[in-house]
Formats: sequence, structure tokens, C-alpha cells
Amino acid sequence: MTTLEPVFKRPVSLKEVQTHFCPGCQHGTVHRMVAEALDHFGVQQQTIGVASVGCSVFLYNYFDIDVVEAPHGRAPAVATGVKRVHKDKVVFTYQGDGDLAAIGISEIIHAANRGEAFTALFINNTTYGMTGGQMAPTTLPGQRTQTSPEGRNVALDGHPIRMSELMAGLDGVSLSARVAVNNPKNLLQANKIIKKAFDIQISRKGFAFVEVLATCPTNWGLDPLAANERVGEEMIPYFPLQVFKDVTAL
Amino acid sequence: MSKRLFIKGNEAVAMGAIEAGCRYYFGYPITPQSDIPEYMSKELPKRGGDFIQAESEVAAINMLLGASASGARAMTSSSSPGISLKQEGLSYMAGSELPGLIVNIVRSGPGLGGIDASQADYFQSVKGGGHGGYHLLVLAPDSVQEMYDHAILGLDLSDRYRMPTMILADAVIGQMKESMIPHPYQAPELPEKDWAVTGKQGRSEQKIVKSLFLGDGELEAHNWKLHRKYELIKQREVRFEADGLEDAELIVTAFGTAARIAKTAIAMAREAGLKVGLLRPITLYPFPEKAFLEATQGCKRVLTIELNNGQMVQDVKLSVARDAEVAFYGRPAGAGSLPTPEELFEQIRKQIRGVA
Repeated sequence: MTTLEPVFKRPVSLKEVQTHFCPGCQHGTVHRMVAEALDHFGVQQQTIGVASVGCSVFLYNYFDIDVVEAPHGRAPAVATGVKRVHKDKVVFTYQGDGDLAAIGISEIIHAANRGEAFTALFINNTTYGMTGGQMAPTTLPGQRTQTSPEGRNVALDGHPIRMSELMAGLDGVSLSARVAVNNPKNLLQANKIIKKAFDIQISRKGFAFVEVLATCPTNWGLDPLAANERVGEEMIPYFPLQVFKDVTAL
Repeated sequence: MSKRLFIKGNEAVAMGAIEAGCRYYFGYPITPQSDIPEYMSKELPKRGGDFIQAESEVAAINMLLGASASGARAMTSSSSPGISLKQEGLSYMAGSELPGLIVNIVRSGPGLGGIDASQADYFQSVKGGGHGGYHLLVLAPDSVQEMYDHAILGLDLSDRYRMPTMILADAVIGQMKESMIPHPYQAPELPEKDWAVTGKQGRSEQKIVKSLFLGDGELEAHNWKLHRKYELIKQREVRFEADGLEDAELIVTAFGTAARIAKTAIAMAREAGLKVGLLRPITLYPFPEKAFLEATQGCKRVLTIELNNGQMVQDVKLSVARDAEVAFYGRPAGAGSLPTPEELFEQIRKQIRGVA
């Protein structure tokens, strides 16, 4: 007689609720990976999340953990305050590209540079999702958005910021990597890197930064499949998937 | 008995905060308050605390938000232009019902202005400052001793009501040295911080510290809750200093540094046989409305003195008896613009002559 064991189930760190995310949005996928990492290390009960402003502000509705909601861009400063008080707890931030790379670029760079011992998740979908698809600091050259109707003109609007490369240049950073969740191979790598980012915090090796390339089908004006294809065809060529810095590999 | 010390106001406020258990300080250098972060950078590490020189005032207030949300006693300090930058965070802290101590060693403005003592940030402090309609609890020390005492009081009140507390001082109160006694902290009974994030640690419910309320009626209910809190502190936490009001022909009102100068002028006036009383608001929010109403049942003449062009005077006018007359004397701050006791004595004399 064989006993049936579940091989795939909801992580305990995620609540049994439906998300408000649009069809084809990859926030849900990344939420699940973060939850799996918390389960993997058995730290759900010791974790404090810091939510940012944008579609991901509601992470406290989905994660079954304590959460502080930060003002737009300020999650790394809020997480600094939380982690300095709760030095033995696991703290992570979860920010979009407008939040982290535009209004909050100062807070992320300085928190990273101080080597604050939290894990930073950065979701790059090349647009402001919540506000309706305006140009983000990571919007690709030529990409049409609500505020770049003729396409991003780098001569006027500047260039997309490659955050992971920037972060890797800071001495306070222990891990900086860019991943994607657009196909099974990339998904497995993303899972591995996100776990590593938490491992670095838990084993007291400092600050870890993971950029996840993700879709925003609604604001890209694409269906979920076409949006997923765009990640491989347009985003990855500009934002290469790579581990840019990993002090544990030295 | 604690030993008497001769120290600066800025040191006293930092010392008081540490005495009351503040172990986290986040700040950014700006004159005339930099003695506070300097003191904290020396003293907090010795006590197992954390000092962070933040990359900006914006970051500092958000570090305070995070530390307060975690249940710790924490503070930041700055001076006017830096306090402007903190307004976003203060609004979020008020909305999230977080305690925390904010010290504003006010300098003159607007813009880069100057570094002289000013009271031009009165409106910003007591009327909300940031967006969304909220209040801070605002304390106005007028001595080095009160800088120490108010740091302790501010942290206690802030924890009791779950609202950010601001100490509104200025370059004179912060920079002058006076003798003071660092009384040991006696912890009052305070509500448990059962709202703080700690990690669930076996709890069934999550702790969520937030200011976003999107459900039907949720935000209105939240704002009514904040409103009730403000009404409650109006009943319970008003503080003021009153002297010689019983037979006064003129009530002088001023806070902070203006009150210190006014006290000398009042002494001169009494010496000259004039009946002058003092009503000094210590809490600027909640404002001592009743004290003004009661004091002006008898004495119908009030002189408000401020180091600005007239801000607190508006609250005085709203508070006094209907038939009381409120005069104002003030000068906008800047180098060489601090009024002298003689100057204020002259103003007092003018007001009294107006009566006669």
C-alpha cells in the first residue's frame, strides 16, 4: 500500500485568500517564492515585512506575517528602524520600480551602503502599475507609457536604471542579483536566489538585493502570454539576468 | 538626589530621552541642533542603543517610524528646514498611530533663512504640518530643565496616546547653558504596546501597522478615532504656567524663548507697580483654551508676544472671553532681531496706559 503525500501545497506563510492582482501579473508568483523561502527557513513566526506604495502595498493581505506599511520609497529606511530594534528577526522590503528606483533611490542606496541586515526585493515591471502605467525609471527606450506617449526618448527622459548593477558597486551589499520568472528555468533560478537572499540575512552575512523582472499586462496593453514573452524578448536583453555580487561565493 | 548640572538645552533634551529609555536615535546634522545627534552618537552605543546618521531628514523620520512600529522608544531631532522634510513621515506616523519623539530646534526662515531663534514654525507644529488633517502633541520648554523634563514627558505622552510628540524649542533654548537637575525617570503605568510588530511568535493574528484604509467607511471611522484622541488630550493633557493672574490688569502670554524674555519684562513691570500676569502655554497642542477663557473673565486685556509676526495669537483670540482685547507684539527672527526685556517692558507699559 502506498501513502499519498502532498508534493505541492500553499506555503504556510501565505494566507488562503485570492489576490487582487490582474490576470498575468507576476506579483503573485514572487509573493509565493518569498513565502516559500520563509517556510524553507522556518522563520514565518519571526518575520516582519515592510510594504511599499503601489500594487504590492497589500502584501499584508496575502502574507501571514507582521507588516509595517512604509511611505512611498521609504521602505528601506523603515526596515532599517525595524531591524535595528529586532536584530534577531527576519526583515524584508518589497518595492516596485517607481518606489525603489525613483522616489526612494536615496533610501535603498544608503540602507544598502550601511549593510543593513535585511532582504530587499525589487520588482521591476518597467512601469508605475498602481497609478495606471506611467513612465518609470526602468521604462525601456522607446516604450510607450501614459507619460511617454511617443515612447521613452532617452535624450529627454534619460535612460532606464540598471539597479542590480548599481547595487553591486556598493561595499555594503552582500548579494545583488537580477532574476526573472518568465519560464521554468528562470523561475527555478529566481527561487534559488530569493532563498539565498534570506539565507544571507539569517546567517548574518548582511544586506541582500534581488531584482525580479515581472510583467504588467494591464498597463503594457498585452495579454498575459504576450506580456510574458515581452520579458524575454525586450526586458532581459536590457536587464541581463545575472548574479552581480555574492560575497558568499568569494 | 541627582547632582545639579550646567549644560546646554540640546544636551538636556537628549539626556532626558535616554533617561526615559529612548535607545534609538536617527538624525541628520543641521544648525542649531547638531549637539543632539553628537550627544546621542557618544551616549547611545554605551547603553546598547543605536545611533544612525541618516542620509536625509526623510530617511531619519522613516527610521523612527520603523523603530516605533517595532515597539521601541525612539526619537529624531532637527531644525526647521529639516522638519519640513519630515512632514511626510509625521503624517504617516499620525495616521498609523505611532508614538515617537521629534525635537525641533527652530531656526529663522522662510527657506534657508538664518540660524537665529524663531517661533515661526508654530503653525506648522500645532496645525498638522503635513497632509491629511492630524495633530502632534506639542510641548514648548522655556528652560534647560524643561528640555530634560519634556523629553521624558513627551515620550510618556507619546506612548500613552500613540501619537508623535514634538518638542518645539529654538536656538536660544537649545544652545544656552543653564543649571538643571537630571531627575531619575519614574515610569508611569502605560498601556502595553500590543500593536507593535515583533514577528508573530505564535500569535494567531498578524500585527499590521498602516495608514491605508480603503474599505467603505473605514477611513472616516479611523479619522473619527483620531479626532476622539485629540479631544481626549484636550481634556487631560493641557499644561501651562500661570503667575499673578488674580489681580492682573494685563495678561502677558508667550511661550518658549519669548516667555523667558517676557518673564524679565514682567518682573520689571511689577517693580514699577504695574499689575501684570503671565499665562505661558506649555502644551501648544492641546492649547490651554480654558485657561485663557477663565483668565479673561476678570482681566480683559491680553498681550501676546512671539518671535514671529503673529501665529499663536490666533489661538489666543479663539480662546479668550468674547469681550477681551488681544494685542500682539512680535518680531520676525533674524540676526539682531531678538527683543530685549526693556523693549517688552515698553510694550507692557503701552498696553497698561491704554487701559488707564
